[in-house]
Amino acid sequence: MSGSSDPAGFGGKPQAYDPAAPLTPTGNLRRRQIFSKVTEYMATIAALGAIAVLVIVVFAVVRHGADAISWDFITKGAPEGVAPALVGSAIIVAIATMIATPLGVLVALYLNQYAGRRAAGFVSLTMDVMNGLPAIIIGIFIFTFMVKKQGTLAIGQAGWIGGVALSIIMVPLIARGTQGVLRLIPKSQSEAADALGVARWRTVLSVILPSALGGILTVTILSIARAAGETAPLLLLTSNGDISRVVLNPLEALASGPVRIYTLSEEANPEGFTEAWGLSLLFISFILFASMGARALLARSKRKTSS
Amino acid sequence: MNLPPSRVRIRTDQPAAPPSSPNGAGSVALPDAVTTSAEAHWDVPAEVVFDSRDVSVFYGAKQALAGVNLGIRRGQITALIGPSGCGKTTFLRSLNRMNDSVPSFRIEGEILYHGHDIYGGNVDQVEVRRRIGMVFQKPNPFPKSIYDNIAWAPRNLGMRSGLSDRVEKALRGAALWDEVKDRLKDSALGLSGGQQQRLCIARAIAIEPDVLLLDEPASALDPIATGAIEDLMHSLKGRFTIVIVTHNMQQAARVADRTAFFSLETGGEKPVGSLIEFDDTERIFSSPRDPRTRDYVTGRFG
Repeated sequence: MSGSSDPAGFGGKPQAYDPAAPLTPTGNLRRRQIFSKVTEYMATIAALGAIAVLVIVVFAVVRHGADAISWDFITKGAPEGVAPALVGSAIIVAIATMIATPLGVLVALYLNQYAGRRAAGFVSLTMDVMNGLPAIIIGIFIFTFMVKKQGTLAIGQAGWIGGVALSIIMVPLIARGTQGVLRLIPKSQSEAADALGVARWRTVLSVILPSALGGILTVTILSIARAAGETAPLLLLTSNGDISRVVLNPLEALASGPVRIYTLSEEANPEGFTEAWGLSLLFISFILFASMGARALLARSKRKTSS
Repeated sequence: MNLPPSRVRIRTDQPAAPPSSPNGAGSVALPDAVTTSAEAHWDVPAEVVFDSRDVSVFYGAKQALAGVNLGIRRGQITALIGPSGCGKTTFLRSLNRMNDSVPSFRIEGEILYHGHDIYGGNVDQVEVRRRIGMVFQKPNPFPKSIYDNIAWAPRNLGMRSGLSDRVEKALRGAALWDEVKDRLKDSALGLSGGQQQRLCIARAIAIEPDVLLLDEPASALDPIATGAIEDLMHSLKGRFTIVIVTHNMQQAARVADRTAFFSLETGGEKPVGSLIEFDDTERIFSSPRDPRTRDYVTGRFG
């Protein structure tokens, strides 16, 4: 601290470089630049690798499955087609969506509007744990509880029970996703509504939810895409559905896409393999288009709420 | 719904100001102003809408406001001025319980609204805000059409008959009608900042509140839009009781009938927001009794 003669406090040492030298790398800059480049390349390669996995899977599915796709394949039952599985999956997922969307949105509203900080933390954690729950465990739980002959309810296999299991997978996805969407709505909006002397639930219904609608729709579509591909619970809960004709009654066991893919690939029958690939192709295209559509929708609704 | 409009005379039995303030710092002195002010018209018993009695506000352990005694008269514009952090916005938001949503908020003392304790046991905060509207610093229209922004609250409060007349009246009241009458179905987010703020005022007056609280309504606006808001306040005065928080002293001088000067008091260990002086606006700006008020209004600090 010699004071005025050394205001910057470097102890009067000579400067580490000559400020008048040409501006080419000095010191260890060369080494740091190499390290920086290596890091950049590794990160880029990892990202490309992740994309490559998807591209390879899609390519394999298209290559093996494209031959199976035909009008009969989509519209007829076994042995020519997989229509019962497509319709069954649609019904099961629709039931799951009808159960999970209101529940998930309500949970998100609770987290966003009503919960105290500790309660919100606890419920959020619960949702994350549920999200991480292996699907087979949900399947076994519902199986013992509702399906098994010696179980609590002993209903036997039914499409709607598969829907219940898938809804358990969807609720945390919808709740956490919707919570994120609700967080984007400026607090000033509920404040404005509060200051007008309107009860909170009316504000939720007519200001908050409409603003969040696009986002909620997106989140729901993404969770549908996820649930539609779940196999494990359906194997236990609705696996012996009729595959030769389309069944619409959810009280009966329904065929479903994932279960059909599973059984087809278990059979020692090369044609069954092609059919499994074809069905996979249908599902993977649905999931890809649903996800991309949902993302586009979200981007649009974000633009709308944040301007 | 129907409170009898209780005509409260201005109290002359002022709850004693802290005796330790001979310079009049604590003498928040409504009665003083009434009885000693040269302006004779204050002698007419004016109706008091808000009567704040020894109000202190805490956020957790931190005290934000100490011992505010203040009477706000019907049909007038009352301005709250003072440096940042002096508690004026806290006081404003306490008047319609907007602070209730702050988890650690706590209030002591009494705020009487037409004689009823705002924080009383059977008081519903939604009903409080239905009568005491608020406009915020940043315009916050809903992402709906201009029409629906105004019509939203009346619809939800069951005032459905003559809705489009009500919307037009509110927009005319907020001096916005001529600018938007041809695009009522357009999004309110497409309006300019000043228009959005007038829309927010229109939205607030559409449900015919008794009081309008304005929290620095022009601070995010350019001078022309600010002028429009101030003209608007003049035209709304009388029909509504208006309380405005402003950083802008000239604005207070231009619009307010009475002005309250808040400041940070460093009497204790930590500075606490306090009401220093409350009087006719003219007097606050021309001959304040407290030296701190004089320093502030002459621009010596703040």
